[in-house]
Amino acid sequence: MNDDQSEGQSVTADSLPHTPIRGDRATALGSDIQAKIGQHLRAMYDDVVRQGVPDRFMDLLSQLDKNAGPKTSEDGGSR
Amino acid sequence: MSQFDPALRDEIIAAIPNLRAFAISLSGSVDRADDLVQETLLRAFANISSFRPGTNLPAWLFTILRNLFRSEYRKRRREVPDSDGAFAATLTTNPDQATHLDFEDFRTALDKLPPDQREALVLVGASGFSYEEAADICQCAVGTIKSRVNRARKRLGELLAIEDAEDFGPDKTTRAVLAAERA
Repeated sequence: MNDDQSEGQSVTADSLPHTPIRGDRATALGSDIQAKIGQHLRAMYDDVVRQGVPDRFMDLLSQLDKNAGPKTSEDGGSR
Repeated sequence: MSQFDPALRDEIIAAIPNLRAFAISLSGSVDRADDLVQETLLRAFANISSFRPGTNLPAWLFTILRNLFRSEYRKRRREVPDSDGAFAATLTTNPDQATHLDFEDFRTALDKLPPDQREALVLVGASGFSYEEAADICQCAVGTIKSRVNRARKRLGELLAIEDAEDFGPDKTTRAVLAAERA
């Protein structure tokens, strides 16, 4: 398998076309966008996480518990 | 007869919202994501004896889900999300218009990433796994994960910079100054 790391090396900052005039501005824009990427990614992900556990999964787990067998009086008896 | 450790059961339940978010990012479809999570839970309970207590349960579950997706992926191509994307379908809040447009751009860009890069970026950037944990989940070297995350960020940066330029034009400030002078 031709692996990712070799690909990674071929794309370095040095290989990018140079734009000396806009250099500083491009860097500032780049870090701004990187911050935005992080925020959007988490916001998108967290929006799903905040929905919690849909009923179908709680139902599934109850079903699995039932299939695993009801507790016998020996291991479930003492409270 | 397997009686589940209630603590382990609770930990599995606690991982479900994260598993869903990861599955949506992989499959591009909420319905398929939920099917993947369901299959993951069935596998996890069936193979609970192979989980070593004290090790990373979320990472174990993520690995199962990813493997299921991978084996399924060979049969079915990733569904191309509708124009709003899978995450859009899950949106419960109504962000303001500007933020919403940003989101649209971001989703579009994220969908353009190769699956390996998207997965690495989500695991490290959103699920909160370390590079080492992400490497375990993806069964590859830590360096490979780092390289994928870097390329994902770089590519997203390029895609979003282009969209920014299209939205506002590179000379927005210049035009604003000229307009102000004319006024």
